[in-house]
Amino acid sequence: MSDLTTLGVAALRDGIRTGEFSAREVADAFIVKVSKAKQLNAFIVETPDHAIAAAKEADAARAAGETLKPLAGVPIGMKDLFCTKGVQTTAASHMLEGFKPVYESTVSQKLWDAGAGMLGKLNLDQFAMGSSNETSYFGNVISPWRRQDGGNAALAPGGSSGGSSAAISARLVPAATGTDTGGSIRQPAAFTGISGIKPTYGRCSRWGVVAFASSLDQAGPMARDVRDCAIMLEAMAGFDPKDATSLDMAVPNWEAALSADLRGKKVGIPKEYRVDGMPSEIEALWQQGIDWLKDAGAEIVEVSLPHTKYALPAYYIIAPAEASSNLARYDGVRYGQRDLPDGANLQDMYAATRAAGFGPEVQRRILIGTYVLSAGFYDAYYTQAQKVRTLIAQDFEKAWTQCDLLLTPTAPSAAFALGEKSADPLAMYLNDVFTVPSSLAGIPAMSVPGGLDKDGLPLGLQIIGKPFDEQGVLDASLAIEQRAGFTAKPEQWW
Amino acid sequence: MAESSYRIKGATGEWEVVIGLEVHAQVTSNAKLFSGAATEFGAEPNTQVSLVDAAMPGMLPVPNRECIRQAVRTGMAIDAQINKWSRFDRKNYFYADLPQGYQISQLYHPLVGEGEVEIEVEGATKTIGVERIHVEQDAGKLMHDQHPRLSYVDLNRSGVALMEIVSKPDMRSPAEAGAYLSKLRSILRYVGSCDGNMDQGSMRADVNVSVRKPGEPFGTRTETKNVNSVRFVMQTVEIEALRQIDVIENGGKIVQETRLFDPDKGETRSMRSKEDAHDYRYFPDPDLLPLELDDAFLDDCRASLPELPDAKRARYLALGITPYNAGVLTAEVESARYFDALLEAGAKGPAAANWVTSELFGALNRLDKDIEHSPVSPTQAAELLGLVAEGTLSNTLAKQVFEIMLETGDDPAKIVEERGLKQTSDTGAIEAEIAKVLEANADKVAEYRSGKDKLFGFFVGQTMKAMAGKANPSVVNDLLKKALDG
Repeated sequence: MSDLTTLGVAALRDGIRTGEFSAREVADAFIVKVSKAKQLNAFIVETPDHAIAAAKEADAARAAGETLKPLAGVPIGMKDLFCTKGVQTTAASHMLEGFKPVYESTVSQKLWDAGAGMLGKLNLDQFAMGSSNETSYFGNVISPWRRQDGGNAALAPGGSSGGSSAAISARLVPAATGTDTGGSIRQPAAFTGISGIKPTYGRCSRWGVVAFASSLDQAGPMARDVRDCAIMLEAMAGFDPKDATSLDMAVPNWEAALSADLRGKKVGIPKEYRVDGMPSEIEALWQQGIDWLKDAGAEIVEVSLPHTKYALPAYYIIAPAEASSNLARYDGVRYGQRDLPDGANLQDMYAATRAAGFGPEVQRRILIGTYVLSAGFYDAYYTQAQKVRTLIAQDFEKAWTQCDLLLTPTAPSAAFALGEKSADPLAMYLNDVFTVPSSLAGIPAMSVPGGLDKDGLPLGLQIIGKPFDEQGVLDASLAIEQRAGFTAKPEQWW
Repeated sequence: MAESSYRIKGATGEWEVVIGLEVHAQVTSNAKLFSGAATEFGAEPNTQVSLVDAAMPGMLPVPNRECIRQAVRTGMAIDAQINKWSRFDRKNYFYADLPQGYQISQLYHPLVGEGEVEIEVEGATKTIGVERIHVEQDAGKLMHDQHPRLSYVDLNRSGVALMEIVSKPDMRSPAEAGAYLSKLRSILRYVGSCDGNMDQGSMRADVNVSVRKPGEPFGTRTETKNVNSVRFVMQTVEIEALRQIDVIENGGKIVQETRLFDPDKGETRSMRSKEDAHDYRYFPDPDLLPLELDDAFLDDCRASLPELPDAKRARYLALGITPYNAGVLTAEVESARYFDALLEAGAKGPAAANWVTSELFGALNRLDKDIEHSPVSPTQAAELLGLVAEGTLSNTLAKQVFEIMLETGDDPAKIVEERGLKQTSDTGAIEAEIAKVLEANADKVAEYRSGKDKLFGFFVGQTMKAMAGKANPSVVNDLLKKALDG
């Protein structure tokens, strides 16, 4: 039998259903791959037993002639930002090292209910703060990709869902969960040549997901192709009464409705996304994307999103503001890390615990957030940023009067080397320049691989859609995927 | 509006006190504001704590509709503006009893806007403005006395819904502050939005006090936290005003600060000054959407409001009940509820009001029972009053029957029947006894007839005694008059 780990979600699901192979064989094949890929450091915790248990259940259901669940026997990776009952959940922080929740996040529960198994908890930037996976307390994730430039520099898998992107592109898992606050699904997907969709804010429950910035955080799937993302998203999405911001809407059957026929659709090209210093290869890919969408029947129109340049500064005020408050609960009182120096009082304990528990990037954002919310600065920063956010949402609203979807690059560059930008937070934040506006507006957006740069590294294209129009986003992404014929994958060196 | 004449005499002349109250009232609800955990008082520590209340990672608040409903109804009860659009904000600070590191409250857009409460002090009515009512979560509780070195945290109260009712600085005397708090408590209890149980912490007040020379602008105020009885609020005002006057008259300045009231020492003490005040970094809670109320919800809230104390009092006055009795009967919702049931069962207003405020309250006091646990039900009481009204029982007999009712719980008719306590107007029987009394007291009859008419009472007493108290006193009077004067 061929290597089962070359298959994606749909193929695995269908093969298990038809009996071409067993779920147990699938689980075993992936478990072996995971165990041999320690160098990538994509996992914080491996959970082979969980994957095997789900596989056994799927095989037993099939043997008994039962209808199989949508993801029966498909093993996946779980970003370690999702609380998993009885399994260590750390958000890649020292603060939560050893923390085993007594509860299961809604999204992960939905995946288990759909029959999926878990291969392990995937590494990420600490508390999902970072764009390169260099802020994890458990060490950097190494991208499986290498530049074809004669060197063998270790590359960033993107962030914050870098464990997810690395594991999928290295074929350690067929799919994984991600979370996206300002681009944390899309940018790593672009860096590693896979697909990932951030759905409309509220589509996936945030209950049980360690919070970074509540008004922006949104879970979504990452997988090898668009269809697999659609299948995963169907399982993950849905109204949750435990999340007050959850969308009370039925989950569409996205996979069944997939269509790459874009006739009658208008795709907008926002002129403000042509930023200074953007590599010509990305310009070229963007043009290529335009041609592909035309080929699929779409009409291309130029649109303007005039407040785009203010998105990044607004984001780096709002997200840290919310984070500074969301992370206040890590105080050493009830769970997780506690540092209690000799003779320490309550304040000393907080200070010591938080100094030891949070890494530098998390501390930086807590400080920024605390500053922008403090008396005297609130109006100058936070209120102003919220106004910008409204203007950005209005930009998109206006664009929708001219088009149905938007096409942009996902990131301003291909993957960079680890250490290359970690000393310059501002350069690092610039990575999110194309992904942040749609996050601020809460609208769905997806990255699909479009091609390779001169060094053989993947580049992604981003489709942005109207609120609730995940279908339109998936369809346009599918049209690109079919035309791009992206089959590149990293050479196995680990 | 009546101006208060309350003044404090200082060394430099008369001072006026300016008072505002921030009352925290725990919302009556089975569940907390943002979690499904229970809210029962007196449970074992940490037995009513959900994952949300303990701020476990990834936990999210979901507003409890009942808490919102109760706050809206409270707002309606004080004629306040109800904001159909309101929003929850986070108030950030670190403390071991605050698991999330922030309290969810409403700073910028409260649920309830301006309203008013009418009070009565020494016969004069005055309207006290309410600035706003916002809804917020309570914190947990630290327990320092359980271990020599460690402090424990009880999160049972963490997340319990509170209404913060903020008055305008409209009160001018301890009596007004006391009357306002009592009235507010009464309204909350009528509405059923708070049990008003101040010794269990269901209601507590932060007392803002400043002093000024009459007619001058407001002085600097201090805030005395968590005062938990009407009496203590009045004491706090008095003590804090005197302290402030003393400071000012000795050339000092009042510092805006938070103080606490020590009832044992009869003083207020500084807790923290403005210099080390927190920067709460308020901002809209991103886990919660703005609260939007529709007309159907508001209509439903309004329809569920009971008759409130002021309306009830007016209705009682219209029945001919004295203002004093009407005040007593409406002060506590349970008394009013009892009295209304009594009226419902057919009792006549003024007589019933007299009976409740004197006989029933006296008996309950003696038995150390509250009116909700009265051994005599409103129906039974109405029956008793009916027997008096129709002349079956004299007031004296009614008292006897009532005592037996308290002891046995029996209906008055049954008692009258079984014990033969019925009042008689049988003139034949009464005349026969009168004849015997006059005969046995021939000397006194002679004295009476020679002008000592004060003896009339003696003959009444003797006759009643002979009739074992059952004779109708007015019949006795008439017949005696006839026999003696005739």
